[in-house]
Amino acid sequence: MPNVPPLPFERPVVELEETLSKLEAILDPSPDDQDAIRKLRTSIVRKRREIFDNLDAWETVKVARHLERPQTLDYIELVFDEFVELHGDRAFGDDRAIVTGFAKLDEYKVMFVGQHKGRNLKERNECFYGCAHPEGYRKALEKMRMAAKFGMPIICLIDTPGAYPGVGAEERGQAYTIALNLREMSQLNTPIICVVIGEGGSGGALGIGIGDHIAVLQFAYYSVISPEGCAGILWKHVKHADAAAKALRFTSKDLLAFGIVDEVIPEPLGGAHRDHRGMAATLKGSLVKALRQLMAVPADKLLDRRYEKFRKIGVFEEQAVEVAVDEVTAAERASEDAANESNNKTDGPAKPTPAARGSAARARSSV
Amino acid sequence: MASAPNPPVTAEQAGPKKRGVPEGLWIRCPDCKATIFRKQVEGLLGLCPDCGHHFYVSSRDRIRQLLDEDSFEEWDAELRPCDPLGFADKRPYAQRLVEEQKKTGLSEACVSGRGYLRGRPLALGITDSAFIMGSMGSVVGEKLTRAIERATQSKLPMVIVSGSGGGARMHEGILSLMQMGKVCAALARFHEAGGLFVSVLTNPTMGGVAASFASLGDVVLAEPKALIGFAGPRVVEATVKQTLPEGFQTSEFLLKHGFVDRIVRRPDLRGELSRIIDYCCR
Repeated sequence: MPNVPPLPFERPVVELEETLSKLEAILDPSPDDQDAIRKLRTSIVRKRREIFDNLDAWETVKVARHLERPQTLDYIELVFDEFVELHGDRAFGDDRAIVTGFAKLDEYKVMFVGQHKGRNLKERNECFYGCAHPEGYRKALEKMRMAAKFGMPIICLIDTPGAYPGVGAEERGQAYTIALNLREMSQLNTPIICVVIGEGGSGGALGIGIGDHIAVLQFAYYSVISPEGCAGILWKHVKHADAAAKALRFTSKDLLAFGIVDEVIPEPLGGAHRDHRGMAATLKGSLVKALRQLMAVPADKLLDRRYEKFRKIGVFEEQAVEVAVDEVTAAERASEDAANESNNKTDGPAKPTPAARGSAARARSSV
Repeated sequence: MASAPNPPVTAEQAGPKKRGVPEGLWIRCPDCKATIFRKQVEGLLGLCPDCGHHFYVSSRDRIRQLLDEDSFEEWDAELRPCDPLGFADKRPYAQRLVEEQKKTGLSEACVSGRGYLRGRPLALGITDSAFIMGSMGSVVGEKLTRAIERATQSKLPMVIVSGSGGGARMHEGILSLMQMGKVCAALARFHEAGGLFVSVLTNPTMGGVAASFASLGDVVLAEPKALIGFAGPRVVEATVKQTLPEGFQTSEFLLKHGFVDRIVRRPDLRGELSRIIDYCCR
């Protein structure tokens, strides 16, 4: 990618590059010049590494949204040996924001599902900047169900600012189609690998994001809400998006620390947009490796494993009820000694309250 | 997610006066603008006597309205939220939690348990829109998941009454988003096991709550004129840059477009639920 416009925080590198190109333009460089050129080249690499090793959350978002960043259609070309697109959702129409079809990954035949944002204005208009409609999620589910039927593993590439917030999308059940995908994907008995390649925008990302191996590219992000949306609601103005980005803890490092993703896939120096082929090669390596591991998981263990993966996510405290903390609930329970006792006893996943309680209630309440 | 239909309540505004049936002897119906006697509204399960507008009811009142007297046994009341992200906007999340707990008398936005409805045993989950917009963080996700798992084990019908303007809770970041997947996975197993899930949508049910369990009922009921949808109306308006159609994202709109089975007035809810349970469960 020779003509990638620099991001604001790349300024120091750009300055070094300008000096370098001036030196390189000298027709008959002296040994001193040649020495300076060599030194500059090293320091450019070092500077760039230093900058990209220390990106803050908002800068990461800028990289994740970079217009030259490789997208789903690029990866289809660079990662897979063959792609046979399947367009139909069987109900409404062909959503260009989600691309699905048969693909060959090394020796594996897989079902490919990927969100595409558009690399030029024409593509972006066709696929609403990567914001899928219900028909897109429905198409994805149709194809994934077929994949499960024929024992084909599924690869999902996630890259969306969010599901499309429009009148038609609401009329056609955006909430329901995403919900259905969450439920059904948890039960598809075939390996599913999900990789966030750019933006993992909330429910729209999760709609194709339930799987056995979840990965994220180094400078991608995966968030409950866009930093702009969060800033608008909690800070009352979009201009605080950088603060919101920081607070939401959605960079690849955080995602790994919270146990949301299994793997962070490293990007080429300066971000994926600087080396599409390099990025694609790394991604392919990761996909093949993860797939090989998942193919070794016994079919009857796969779904339990997937269930547990999501089941364990969440951070909360679990303690015996303190009467003082929650007066109202405690007051309600004051008359229900049995229930109270059982609650105090239970630590960890509580079992349903004793049968004796249940039958007492039944006796009281049968009308 | 948080497609807030209304601007979130600030510290100054957030007195109990802003929530639900307003304090004071007389209140004004936001729908028909009639000045009505508060006690009368409460006697009508939170309905306006003039136009039938459905006021907010707390999860505690909802339990009283739906279940047989004293039959409710709460589950997992000891679960408490914490602040895994160290999140702070204008106020730290940890402080917000304490304030919300004080204001609402709830430990979290979800209450779950088992009880009897006209003698029929069931598992019940409620999200209370008074607590941080009824948004789903780790505790809400965990409580609902456990409730669904117990309902699966004990072969109980599951009823979830949703009220959430917030969807997935921003303050717990990606952990909140993943609760959608967690609850839906539990519902998938419940579904496989042949369990009956009735989802009751109340005003408002938006964002990540609408886009997960709330939409997945075998039967989906909605209270009249509730705001229900994926994206908040202001976000949609800003995106499509046109005025939204009349009644957009109301219960009636969802009924028309096929995502709600029945619109049920609050006084009829108990009867409707018991009839559905009788049809589906032996």
